[in-house]
Amino acid sequence: MKVGLFIPCYIDQFYPQVGIATLQLLQKLGCEVEYPQGQTCCGQPMANSGFEHLTHGCNSLFVDHFDGFDYIVAPSGSCVLHIKDHLHEPKREAAAENIRARIYELSEFLTDVLKVTSLPARFPHKVGLHQSCHGQRGLHLAQMSELVDQPFSKPGQLLQMVAGLELISLDRTDECCGFGGTFCVAEEAVSVKMGVDRIADHVKHEAEVITGTDVSCLMHLEGIINRRQQPLRVMHIAEILNSTI
Amino acid sequence: MNSHTTDHATLADKFNENEPRVNWHDETLWWVRKKRDRMAWSVSGWEKLREAASDIKRHVLGNLHDYLVQFEQQAIKNGAIVHWAADAAEHNKIVLEILQQHQVKRMVKSKSMLTEECHLNPHLEANGIDVIDTDLGERIVQLAKEPPSHIVLPCIHKKKEEIGELFHEHLGTPAGNADPQFLTAAARQHLRQEFLQADAAITGVNFAVAETGEMVVCTNEGNADMGAHLAKVHIACMGIEKIIPKRKHLGVFLRLLARSATGQPITTYSSHFRQPNPGQELHIVLVDNGRSRQLGREDFRNSLKCIRCGACMNTCPVYRRSGGHSYHTAVAGPIGSILAPNLDMKDFADLPFASTLCGSCSNVCPVKIDIHQQLYKWRQVIVQEGYATSGKKMSMKMMTSVLSSPATYRTAGKMGRWVLRAFPGMVNNRMNPWYKQREMPAPPKVSFSEWYAKNKKDEQQG
Repeated sequence: MKVGLFIPCYIDQFYPQVGIATLQLLQKLGCEVEYPQGQTCCGQPMANSGFEHLTHGCNSLFVDHFDGFDYIVAPSGSCVLHIKDHLHEPKREAAAENIRARIYELSEFLTDVLKVTSLPARFPHKVGLHQSCHGQRGLHLAQMSELVDQPFSKPGQLLQMVAGLELISLDRTDECCGFGGTFCVAEEAVSVKMGVDRIADHVKHEAEVITGTDVSCLMHLEGIINRRQQPLRVMHIAEILNSTI
Repeated sequence: MNSHTTDHATLADKFNENEPRVNWHDETLWWVRKKRDRMAWSVSGWEKLREAASDIKRHVLGNLHDYLVQFEQQAIKNGAIVHWAADAAEHNKIVLEILQQHQVKRMVKSKSMLTEECHLNPHLEANGIDVIDTDLGERIVQLAKEPPSHIVLPCIHKKKEEIGELFHEHLGTPAGNADPQFLTAAARQHLRQEFLQADAAITGVNFAVAETGEMVVCTNEGNADMGAHLAKVHIACMGIEKIIPKRKHLGVFLRLLARSATGQPITTYSSHFRQPNPGQELHIVLVDNGRSRQLGREDFRNSLKCIRCGACMNTCPVYRRSGGHSYHTAVAGPIGSILAPNLDMKDFADLPFASTLCGSCSNVCPVKIDIHQQLYKWRQVIVQEGYATSGKKMSMKMMTSVLSSPATYRTAGKMGRWVLRAFPGMVNNRMNPWYKQREMPAPPKVSFSEWYAKNKKDEQQG
């Protein structure tokens, strides 16, 4: 199984440890992983701002780098959803379609493709799971609180496999954190307030760590936590699942 | 309340100056959302019911012309007088003419978001007609000279103490009395006088049944009935999308409406109006005001399925923390943000961006409108039509050029991280909206791609 590793731009630049954990975790689980050099971004920052017409350069690069893999995996629900919904390349539409069908967010790749039932991981901490919206409502990584349906959570299921980890419950299971791409600067006041409230829910339930499937949300929450010097930290789910015994 | 000078972000920023109040607003609406959830879980086949409602509305929108003609024929047969208004101005003109014909000086109005959309009240008042809003929440915001901030809960932004003060000033209740039961009783006495004196009554319409020509109006206070039964003239104003084919379809929509809106099984009154009482005139004003245009926009057509329950507002994390007035349009929140740009793309160019695209709105919508996807699509249209600010255009073009070239991206990333390490003040200053209340991420020495290249080389050498 040949897996193409897609590391979104802000993870590449600011959170390399998340990329490293993702790579190591996939290798640990027996995947042959390649990181195609020269990849940049999925194009979402432009598209969500109304500039989808400027994303053809990103789309073309994405097809250059990820055509031909059995699977493409990324530690970001948001970027994966963007590719699934919006990757088009007029000259190579078949390749683009193939990529759209083969790209997975890390936790769903673990539960649905690798069908992982146990992990050699240990993380003796109280952890809160922030269900990022694009993974949650776009990729259906977990049951959505608005819908009348059977409960499930793919990232939750994986976290339960980690020795010593105590998953705390939250008052609002899938409230948005307020990151929202350019929303975080264009609507600064509301964005920060949403983040503050999201953190407060975790603090109230004594989480030591906020984890999630999207670094973008975590980066926003971390920015607030650090400014307010609050007693908790953020970690991407890959870092926890890759924590060694 | 169109505002040409202020956008959602600025108004939301102001709303957030009082954090305890934001918390109160957020928690109040979240409580309504939770009530809605409990109701949804208590109805077996809830998701199928939403699907059915969505399908019926899709069918209506695909056959709107025929159903409107059928409705008109039936309504005329029932003795109603039917009017057609192409836009808000024509709607206001028709209503004014009816009132003038009957020398009406004072009239009562039950809740109608359409008349808010058309700005009917100021038009009538400018022509010497007093309009009394009879929905309690609407009466409160009317006394406060404010527009409603929510389509179902018009004064949800007001605290009971503020309502007590308003009533003291306008209705003569004792100063400092903010007991909800007492204030409601005072409002009831006051409104009763208005009902008895009114020469005409305007109501909105929740559902108009093509098969029978009847209209259904849902209220909790019975104020639509009080007005319509007592006045000589009843004017029902409705958007053309309010049609449903048959009476039996009410069984779908009435089960969804109040559960989605306030978490009640049903509104206290579901009043059916079919024919005028003896000696009374019943007028029905069918209003387009941009709806045909929206029907023609394939990507946005589904927004016309809306039954105005307000569930998308209650669940919206942005609405809860910015308040209805920050949307500066009659219908606030997520649904308003996909309806308003159709009315005026320039004035409301900011609204589709007042969202994180979290998708919760689409999930609670009882008629399954793809609200967050339409928000995304409106963003594309607004930019294409030239309503993006020049600063945004420039930054997007710069971002695109960096992200479309691996070499530029590598250099820019290296430079960016280096600048952050060497001169944190360049980024960490008040000009940077991220930094105002958030720290920047600590810049690592190497990027993932640099680490990978080195690691792979070491692996191969090792």
